[in-house]
Amino acid sequence: MNQKIIEIDILRYRPEEDDHPFTQTFDVPYSADMSILEALQYIKDHLDSSISFRWSCRMAICGSCGLMVNGVPKLGCKAFLRDYFPKRISLEPLANFPIERDLVVVMDDFINKLEEIKPYIIPEKNEAGDKKCLSEGAYKQTPEQMEKYRQFSMCINCGLCYAACPQYALDKKFIGPAALTLLARYNRDNRDAGSAERMKIVNQEEGVWGCTFVGYCSVVCPKGVDPAAAIQLLKVESSKDYLIGMFKPE
Amino acid sequence: MSKRKPYTRELPTDWWMKQLFYTKYMLREGSSVLISIYSLILAWGVLRLSQGEVAFNGWLEALQNPFAILLHLIALVFALYHTITWFSLAPKAVDLWIKGKRLDDKVIISGHYAAFIVATVLCLLIITL
Repeated sequence: MNQKIIEIDILRYRPEEDDHPFTQTFDVPYSADMSILEALQYIKDHLDSSISFRWSCRMAICGSCGLMVNGVPKLGCKAFLRDYFPKRISLEPLANFPIERDLVVVMDDFINKLEEIKPYIIPEKNEAGDKKCLSEGAYKQTPEQMEKYRQFSMCINCGLCYAACPQYALDKKFIGPAALTLLARYNRDNRDAGSAERMKIVNQEEGVWGCTFVGYCSVVCPKGVDPAAAIQLLKVESSKDYLIGMFKPE
Repeated sequence: MSKRKPYTRELPTDWWMKQLFYTKYMLREGSSVLISIYSLILAWGVLRLSQGEVAFNGWLEALQNPFAILLHLIALVFALYHTITWFSLAPKAVDLWIKGKRLDDKVIISGHYAAFIVATVLCLLIITL
C-alpha cells in the first residue's frame, strides 16, 4: 500500500546556532483526520526531536498551539492536513511576536497588556470607601446582563488576533485586540464599577484609537469572539466620554 | 548563562499585498484618496459658481473631458466599494438591544441600505425638481 505523503515546511530558529530563521522541509504520512499539531508531534517523535512548539490541551481550549499556517494565524489543533493536501503546508511562528525558538514565540508583551487593562471585577465602594461585605449577599446578574459581555469572555489568549493585526505589527504600543476585548468584557459587566479607571486606557492613542478597523482579528479568532466589534463599541464609549468631559470636567 | 536571543522579524513593506484580506482593506482605505479628489473638484465647482455664470460654465465644460469622466467613474466604483464594505461592518459598531436580545446584523445592514436609498432619492428629487 502506498502511503500518501504531505510536505511540511517549518520555519526554524535555534538561538544558540542561528543568526536568522531558515526553512526545513519534512515528509509526513498523510491521513485525513490528522491535525497540524499531530503532524508536528509526528515530526518530533520520528523525524527531528529538536523541533520546538507549544501545545497542551489538543482541543482548542488552552490557546497554546497558535502558529501561522500558510500565512494565516491558526491553532495547530484546530487546523487539519485534509484542508491543504495535496499542496504543501508552510508553518511559521505567530507573526508580530519575536521568535524564541522554532515555532515558539515571546508573548510577554501580550501578557503584560492583558494585565494592564485590570482584567478583574472592581466592585463598587460605599461612602466609607469599603467594598460590599460578604454578609450583604452576592452580586446578582440576570442572564440578559450576562449576555451583554458573554462572547467577549470566551477568549483563550492564544494571540492569533495579534498575529492578524497590521496595526499591532506597525506599532507595538497598540494595546491590541484581545486585551481591549477583555477590557470591554469587564466594562460591560454589571457587577463591575471600574469603567472610569479603564476608560483612561481606552481613550489613549494606543488604546482603541490605534485600531483602524481592519477586522481580520475577528476572522481568525478560533473561539468566535469578535474583537473588532468590542473595539468599535469601545470607540463609541470613548467618544461619549470625550463629549461628556467637555461639559463636565472631572 | 542564558542562550536566549529572541529574533524579531521585519514587516515587509508589501505586507498588504500578501493576504487578500489586507489588500481589500487597503482598497477600502485607499478609496479616501479618490473621494477626496472628487470632493475637491466639487468644491472647485462651488467656487466657480460664486464667480458667475461664465466661470461655472467653464467648469461644467471641463467636466466633459474624457479624463474627467474616467476619473469620476473610478471614484464612483471606489465609493460604492467603500459603502458596501462599510455597511457590512456597521453591525459591529452598533449595540442595540431589544427585549434582552441584540438586534440582528441583517436588520442593521438593511437599515443602512434603506437610509442610503432614501437619501439618494431625496437628493435626486432636490436636484431634478
